Amino acid sequence: MSVDMKMPILIVDDYKTMLRIVRNLLKQVGFENVDEAADGGEAFNKMKEKQYGLVISDWNMEPVTGLDLLKQVRADGNMKSTPFIMITAESKTENVIAAKEAGVSNYIVKPFNAETLKQKLTAVLGAF
Amino acid sequence: MDPALHRHMSELRAAGDRKVSLAEIADIVESVMTGLQGEVFGMDIRVFGELEALNDAIKTARSELSTLSPEDIRDEHIPAATDELDAVVLATETATNSIMEVAEEIEALAGELPPEQQEKLNDAVVRIFEACSFQDITGQRITKVVRTLKVIESKVEGVLGAFGDEVARERKKDLDNELGARAAKVEEQNLHGPASGEDATSQDDIDKLLASFD
Repeated sequence: MSVDMKMPILIVDDYKTMLRIVRNLLKQVGFENVDEAADGGEAFNKMKEKQYGLVISDWNMEPVTGLDLLKQVRADGNMKSTPFIMITAESKTENVIAAKEAGVSNYIVKPFNAETLKQKLTAVLGAF
Repeated sequence: MDPALHRHMSELRAAGDRKVSLAEIADIVESVMTGLQGEVFGMDIRVFGELEALNDAIKTARSELSTLSPEDIRDEHIPAATDELDAVVLATETATNSIMEVAEEIEALAGELPPEQQEKLNDAVVRIFEACSFQDITGQRITKVVRTLKVIESKVEGVLGAFGDEVARERKKDLDNELGARAAKVEEQNLHGPASGEDATSQDDIDKLLASFD
């Protein structure tokens, strides 16, 4: 099945610069329908209002972290199957394990490049 | 053990099941107590010695703390360092956004070029976007440093809580001279270091000020 390039994607980060970078990189690979949220709480509220095809979230945010958001998403009947990629500077093994156990679809360590992002998107969504 | 007591105990052991009179028991207890008093006195001297050493160590620590001037660390150095780091984060964020704005403009212009040139330009723009993520990492690292500074600040607060008054008294002895010299130097050259936030003067303001002299 081909990837819907017009599907809405939610990117979550408390650094506006990072949101801008991810948005631009997504645009470069063909995804332009992108919404933003500044923390896990705002993201969850947006997800209640709109069905997203993918969530790309930072981990280290306050008050609701990326891991908190991931757990909330996986516990919600309507959202639990939404693909979820964590982009974070937290690269310790225990972090990756915790995210995996919470149901993360893929994990990107900052700093990253466009090639890595595209690889992970392909791994989660399929070839596009 | 007291030799007389030792002899008495040996005799009792040798006597086997012989009944011991109350008077004999009283003698033994008295001998033990007398011997013990000597032991306790010796122990007292050792404990006293340890306490004296502890007292000296506390005095030395107090004196060293006063030269470190923990109140300056708490009131000046740590807040100043935190402000400077906040300013670094703000400056890198502003610079990164400027770079990205330009990259976005280039990206838009690339759309007007032939496909081959467009692709080359887009590749270059992507590399700029990738490089800009340094700001996020830098910001996170600096936030960690600020958090560490806060921990140090609270430890210093604890030290001041324990020794505050005494450290302040010790410090005051040489602080006046030192402060006087420092204040004179700052006043002489009107030094403030780089300004940040509302305290900062813009280039436009400086240009206007310079022009007002013409």
